[in-house]
Amino acid sequence: MARFVVRRVIAMLAVLFAISVITFAIFNVIPNGDPALRMAGRNATPQQLETIRRQWGFDKPVPVQYAKTMQLVFTGELISYTNQTNVVDEIVQGFPRTLALAIGAALIWMFFAIALGLYTAVKAGRFADRFLTVIALVGISMPVFWVGALMNYYLGFKLGLFPNGGYVEFSDSPYGWLSHLMLPWAALSILFIGVYSRILRSNLLDTMSEDYVRTARAKGISERQILLRHVLRNSMIPVVTLWGLDFGAVLGGGAILTETVFGLQGVGQYAAESISNLDVPPVLAITMFGAFFIVVLNTIVDVVYAALDPRIRLTS
Amino acid sequence: MTSEPILSVRDLAVSFATDEGIVKAVDGVSFDLRAGEILAVVGESGCGKSVTAMTLLGLTRSPNARFGGTATYKGTELLGASNAELQRVRGAEIAMIFQDPMASLNPVLRIGEQIAEQILAHERMPKEHARERAVELLERVGIPRAAERVESYPHEFSGGMRQRVMIALALSCDPSVLIADEPTTALDVTVQAQILQRFRELRDETNAGLVLVTHDLGVVADIADNVVVMYAGRIVEQGSLDDIFYDPQHPYTWGLLGAITRIDRPRRTRLPTIPGLPPSLANRPEGCHLRPRCPHEHDACVEVPPLQARASAAGRHCDRCWLPVERKRRLREIFPGEIGLAPKAPPPAPKPSSRDAA
Repeated sequence: MARFVVRRVIAMLAVLFAISVITFAIFNVIPNGDPALRMAGRNATPQQLETIRRQWGFDKPVPVQYAKTMQLVFTGELISYTNQTNVVDEIVQGFPRTLALAIGAALIWMFFAIALGLYTAVKAGRFADRFLTVIALVGISMPVFWVGALMNYYLGFKLGLFPNGGYVEFSDSPYGWLSHLMLPWAALSILFIGVYSRILRSNLLDTMSEDYVRTARAKGISERQILLRHVLRNSMIPVVTLWGLDFGAVLGGGAILTETVFGLQGVGQYAAESISNLDVPPVLAITMFGAFFIVVLNTIVDVVYAALDPRIRLTS
Repeated sequence: MTSEPILSVRDLAVSFATDEGIVKAVDGVSFDLRAGEILAVVGESGCGKSVTAMTLLGLTRSPNARFGGTATYKGTELLGASNAELQRVRGAEIAMIFQDPMASLNPVLRIGEQIAEQILAHERMPKEHARERAVELLERVGIPRAAERVESYPHEFSGGMRQRVMIALALSCDPSVLIADEPTTALDVTVQAQILQRFRELRDETNAGLVLVTHDLGVVADIADNVVVMYAGRIVEQGSLDDIFYDPQHPYTWGLLGAITRIDRPRRTRLPTIPGLPPSLANRPEGCHLRPRCPHEHDACVEVPPLQARASAAGRHCDRCWLPVERKRRLREIFPGEIGLAPKAPPPAPKPSSRDAA
């Protein structure tokens, strides 16, 4: 177990290093990437530009700039090029909102995906299965910004059932917190429920034809027990993998569209704003932040694997 | 042998709707099983023997399957039984042992849990008692250190040990009928002998009836009391072990008996086979199904011979072949004192014309 953890930590550092280099490199090769031009404003003199460049270190070679930026990331002193705010503070401020979105949505989509997957697998080939398959495909095909906008317009603006975007702290008003999160949770979950239930359904059907399921049936246990004890557990591994990746991505600010449509002001929305301003420091920090969660969640997924399937050993 | 049968199968028919049409996997199979009897069902792959076995427990039920005939266990009709009735019979009254012990146990559950689960499905008792019983069962089938091994997962056992676990599982509720579907096929020969010995002891201890589905006549000779020979979904011959081995009446049985490996023969003839392939079950030949492979085919074979006692008027030794008994006794000896089935002569080839060569 200790060796497993050490190996994972080393792997994580390697991933973070690679991610940061790639992100930094991308911003140095895209057109209009010169931050000094944007910081100096429209009517800047060449002299002002020169001053800004020297002041922020843009005149140094790229590897030096990279090293300097990384140093600031880890000391927590990284400053945005656009509005000169502290990037780490901004992320810390947005994180509770993103966390609330991610945990709520992940629970909702996992619950409904398992329920829907089980139901359609049991009813495979019948009308209920075909009907729900169409519904799931519709869910997968609808873009989240469109669904989110429709929800906001009809349920929020027209009917007034939910607040029109924004976020309220849980400590200020638990009800307000919940009502502000309901629509984002729903919008984010729809796609994942569709994808996950389809994957689970096909895994369940594969597992149902396994010999040990026939053995279980020959034992005289109920169909319900066969499904839950023998079939479901053996079908969960691919779904758990996906869940780890997706949950990690949302946690690290990956739900950019959902956060932006509903104005949650979380890490994802901060990422969206920073990208549109070509603001390298926040984008770099958020990318590393997201990668960190994906690696951590992957490690957790591996531990869950070993619990789900005794044939998998963490040390091997 | 005069006792009432505990399991009675009459005119069992199973067919499946597939893309290639209706597949008649089992067609008019009848047999009885008495307490303490070991009945072997033999035949090539795809002759319907496994489907027959699984149908008895309702394991072939599916929207595409159609069933006919009856299968009665101690007065309970199994083919039309409700799911609740079947659940009560499965495991507790009729238990099944499957072919591939590697795939037949759930890889993610401890074997103790898998055995206890079956016990708890049929008897009310605290979990600890079910566990203790699992340990006893594992000891009974010869698994060393059973008290520790109940905590193991299937992948921690060898193939032979897993088959023992399967047997322990099947015995856990003292069933009256055991159905073993090729229980030794996936095992090596020494383990096979041990498992068969185990079956014999269990029959003596519990007086259960055993249906042994196999294609291995060595196993049959070793253990069976009575034998059913199946070909292409039908029974072609049935009788006592001695009937089948010493006075076989159907050419297919001769072929099976002739196909035993003969290590005393010259290398080229050590592995005799039945020439040809079994017919597709979706498209079986008219009349006797063996016709295309049988060297003794004649005009009467276009009609299906009924399963009748022919060799001895009153006996239970029945077969499906039109040939007169005396003639069959002559024909089946391909070598003096040796039973077998000669290859069918190919249809006469057209004579090459000498004029074409010029």
